[in-house]
Amino acid sequence: MTPDLTSLDGWIDVLSAVFMVVGAIMSLGAAVGLLRFPDLLSRMHAATKPQVLGLFLLLASIGLQMRTWWVWPVLVVAWIFQLLTVPVSAHMVGRAGYRTKHLHRELLTSDELDAVVQKAAAQAAREGGEDDGPTR
Amino acid sequence: MMQVVLAVTAVILSLAAGGAIIRIARGPSLLDRVLASDVLLAILGAALCIDMAVNRHLNNLMLVVAISVIGFIGSVTVARFVSDRREHPSEP
Repeated sequence: MTPDLTSLDGWIDVLSAVFMVVGAIMSLGAAVGLLRFPDLLSRMHAATKPQVLGLFLLLASIGLQMRTWWVWPVLVVAWIFQLLTVPVSAHMVGRAGYRTKHLHRELLTSDELDAVVQKAAAQAAREGGEDDGPTR
Repeated sequence: MMQVVLAVTAVILSLAAGGAIIRIARGPSLLDRVLASDVLLAILGAALCIDMAVNRHLNNLMLVVAISVIGFIGSVTVARFVSDRREHPSEP
């Protein structure tokens, strides 16, 4: 039960245990945020916690527990691919959420996309009257 | 100590998965459900990582890499084709 704190192995065990518990708490925080936040954009803020920092902590705990060097490149590849793909899905979900108006405008402090959308709609209306509705 | 950590993280991840599933069931819009299912996939990957770290094996490592590489395709596809089906009171 009590770890052996006189050796390096014991300290590595303690560090990876802390990483695992904190990484699991990231998932719990995302679930609490999903349940309690009011609209889609603020829920997206909560959803990124286990996807980036939680995965990083858990992959680091795997690397610490295995105590081999060759496993670290694979873990780094997993984390880098996660960093590359999570913004893509977040961008698409946020864009679709903005277009389908799943947001509470009274909660926004500034809406920089609104001016761009208005400008594009005005330009589309000038160029062709038969083209109704914003293109996706 | 590792067994205690395994029990604690199992409880935490179960609660988190329950919250994500509640949001999938209740979510007012399709995009909320997609976002919650993304979180559920992240929780699943976290459970795989903790299993590997506690039991000191690497059987699930390729699965974790595959989740991080292609896990975004589902939400991107749904977000690409989602449309607003609610009634607009301002439009005819």
